[in-house]
Amino acid sequence: MRSDVKDKVVEIIAELAVLEPSDISMDSTLDELGVDSLGLVESIFAIEETFEIDVPFNANEPQASEFDISSVGAIVEAVTGLVEAKKG
Amino acid sequence: MGLRRVAITGAGTINALGHDVPTTLAALAEGRLGIGALDLPDIDRLAIRIGGQVKDFDPTAIHSRQELTLYDSFTRFGLHAAREAIAASGLDFAGELGERAGVVVGTGVGGAETLDENYAALFRDGKNRVHPLVIPKLMNNAAGSHISMAHGLRGPNFTVSTACSSSNHAMGLAFQLVRSGAATAMVTGGAEAPFSFGGIKAWEGLRVMSKDGCRPFSKTRNGMVQGEGAGMFVFEEWDHAAARGADILAEVIGFQMTSDASDIVMPSEGGAARAISGALKDAGLAPDEVGYINAHGTGTAANDRTECAAVRRAFGAAADDVMISSTKSMHGHLLGGTGAVELLACIMALRDGVVAPTIGYQEPDPACDLDVVPNAAREAEVEVAVSNAFAFGGLNAVLALRRV
Repeated sequence: MRSDVKDKVVEIIAELAVLEPSDISMDSTLDELGVDSLGLVESIFAIEETFEIDVPFNANEPQASEFDISSVGAIVEAVTGLVEAKKG
Repeated sequence: MGLRRVAITGAGTINALGHDVPTTLAALAEGRLGIGALDLPDIDRLAIRIGGQVKDFDPTAIHSRQELTLYDSFTRFGLHAAREAIAASGLDFAGELGERAGVVVGTGVGGAETLDENYAALFRDGKNRVHPLVIPKLMNNAAGSHISMAHGLRGPNFTVSTACSSSNHAMGLAFQLVRSGAATAMVTGGAEAPFSFGGIKAWEGLRVMSKDGCRPFSKTRNGMVQGEGAGMFVFEEWDHAAARGADILAEVIGFQMTSDASDIVMPSEGGAARAISGALKDAGLAPDEVGYINAHGTGTAANDRTECAAVRRAFGAAADDVMISSTKSMHGHLLGGTGAVELLACIMALRDGVVAPTIGYQEPDPACDLDVVPNAAREAEVEVAVSNAFAFGGLNAVLALRRV
């Protein structure tokens, strides 16, 4: 389940960054991958649609958000948490 | 012929703070909050549930059934504000003056509400036809055209759509038309009705909206809050106004528009600063002559930080002495109508010596270290006021007004 989320998140970010999934490591930051603020809101939209979840993220306070976007690994963790919470 | 001076001889509005200018000015001076829970269908499907809605406004009490068929909310708001402004000016456009007088209206989304309702009818409800007058109801120039028809304004008439700068662009162009001698008087301002279900959903997607309030310049700010309504003014050639003994509310003395040419959503300090400096230059002003700036002040992290830096760049040392407030904290962000409602705060500062506050201010932000007039209005003699508007797309429009 976890690796399933990981693969899909990496796929979403790779597509937005115009990279191959193999180019993306869990330590990568969106900044390093060249994903700007518009790319970020697009990736969150794609994540919400893919996993049928609501991601709590406000671009005005990305650090204060419950949704950690500090690295690809952090995003995978956060999405995994939201998907599990949805299952209850 | 040289350049004419331009007088403001009438003002009108409807917004979350009131249905007319006196009520709105009283609310601005009190620091009253007009933002509250949105009253909309399907609100439980929205994440954003607050806004500056116009309250207790019953269009059926004002307009006939036939008129309502043609008027989207933004047109109704525009007509309401224009009627007050024209009545206050005392001008009658029925005669020859009407050929030398026109309309410039700003709106961001125009008849989006009508579009939304009719798409819902087609795609959600499976209807196969829509009302025959949907097109003239939703077009962006509907408000301007109905204003001209209601008052006999037969000169230049056009609508400006530059997102959140729309009404400042509209008023700036009206100013230029009167100043150049191309028109004797112009009815100008902006109108917006952004609270359609689809419209709010689209804004939610951008992730820049606050769920709990508009707190411009406060470190605790977390986004913008929308508002609806209109502001309209009569701009009139100074000598024409003076000759008939009109009550002149303020003089429009400068305008500048610039383009960032850099990013579709992120604001630019340089573009904003060039617009501010350009408006001052157009008016022949030094920065230290400006007493009050009505900020764009949306309450987003990006705008407020960039705007304060732009004011510092344009004003230099004088930035520490100027008062700057965002009245969006009270009436919300009216998008294409916002600069028009905010011009009322400039007129209040000049005419009544009352500077409207930035309410909701909780904690200083080092990136916004200007005198933002937190939470309480201030009495001050203000000789010159400036109004900022900065739009998505990197479009900046700044006006300067002088006390009469």
